[in-house]
Amino acid sequence: MGRLRSLLIPGVDKKLLVRDAVKVMPDLARRRFIAGGASLGALTLLTGCDVSDSFSAEDMLKKVSKFNDAVQALIFNPDALAPTFPESAITKPFPFNAYYDLDDAPTIDGKEWKFEVRGLVDNKKFWTLDELYKLPQVKQVTRHICVEGWSAIGSWTGTPLRDFLKLVGADTRAKYCWFQCADAEGYNSPLDMATALHPQTQMTFKFADEILPRAYGYPMKIRVPTKLGFKNPKYVISMEVTNDYKGGYWEDQGYNSFSGS
Amino acid sequence: MSSLAASDERAVQATARVIQPAWVRTVHWINAVAMILMIMSGWQIYNASPLFSFLKFSKSITLGDWLGGALLWHFAAMWLLMVNGLVYLALGLATGRFRKKLLPITPAGVISDAKAALTGHLSHDDLTRYNYVQKLLYAGIIAVGVVIVLSGLSIWKPVQLQWLTALFGGYDVARYIHFFCTSAIVAFLIVHVALAVLVPKSLRAMIIGR
Repeated sequence: MGRLRSLLIPGVDKKLLVRDAVKVMPDLARRRFIAGGASLGALTLLTGCDVSDSFSAEDMLKKVSKFNDAVQALIFNPDALAPTFPESAITKPFPFNAYYDLDDAPTIDGKEWKFEVRGLVDNKKFWTLDELYKLPQVKQVTRHICVEGWSAIGSWTGTPLRDFLKLVGADTRAKYCWFQCADAEGYNSPLDMATALHPQTQMTFKFADEILPRAYGYPMKIRVPTKLGFKNPKYVISMEVTNDYKGGYWEDQGYNSFSGS
Repeated sequence: MSSLAASDERAVQATARVIQPAWVRTVHWINAVAMILMIMSGWQIYNASPLFSFLKFSKSITLGDWLGGALLWHFAAMWLLMVNGLVYLALGLATGRFRKKLLPITPAGVISDAKAALTGHLSHDDLTRYNYVQKLLYAGIIAVGVVIVLSGLSIWKPVQLQWLTALFGGYDVARYIHFFCTSAIVAFLIVHVALAVLVPKSLRAMIIGR
């Protein structure tokens, strides 16, 4: 681990990392767009209308975002593969990105770690890393696109999620696979079933042919090349197959929930 | 008979005086609102990962307060922009307005009108006819509008619309194209608004039609 960290940190400026983390950090001020001039609710107060009938820009924007979820689900082609690249195209160093500093990333003991599979599956159980490592793996070199706009090409190796869902007898008619992570603030994110079943959606155990480093989500991340980066959870500790929309860390703060590429 | 003929004539004159028909005025102002929402939220999105380290947009000219809010605005206003833009293109082609107002554009005409404009000799007496510089700029900004929407779609859907993204030279190049199109539209907007203020009757025509 120490060796891996020393490999990772060169080229990654810690100050920039903190700045980036602060930039994407949710805070009360960020919610001001809701309460500020954008609120037409205040206008209805002035005109004496009932407040409960008030129309706010935030409600309208949320509705459009839900509509956009539906549009994206509709145009999502389960057979369209994300473009793949030669190994020479891999971005080096591949950026670490989170809403916290790398020093605050979860430190997970692979021997202790277990992956809980629950919900609408025949075989609910806790998987050890050794058990997961025995599953067939495939490699992909694809582009990771961040919601912020930047992108980077990486190499990820792991088990296609759809194979695993079949293995555990998941009800693939369910709407979501909901992932929970070990991050301090309890990162989580829902993945629509169509995307979960996409051939390139992967339970990732390796980055650039090496055991997934801590920066990129050791021991397991879910690599989804048809989604924006924040829909690619790291440090995953559980998956629930469910029909309920359980929200997500960023989704609850306003990022579009489908966020397909 | 004569009174009938006279009223016909008045009707013809009345229609002739309409410089901007109602549909043009409607799509123009809807477009103005959509564009401003797209530009301001777009600048906020840009700030999350600036393409140029020296360029960040002030909070006073951005919309959405943070990346998530800006994205909500951007992906809501895009529908307004796209639907309104398609109506504009369809009606512009179907009514022959594009052909009548914007064509032909000749290099010689553009050069002589540009010279006249720069020396202050270009007249705006007849608002129903565009000079060559106007023709070039209005045709150009329509083209930029098409490219900005297509490059935007290619950034939004680089997997589902990967052929489009490839057409723009890949995801990263498409981001630059999208940004430069915005910059071109903002530059156009500055000139456009300045001239509307300098020639107020053109602004009046875009509000009440004549």
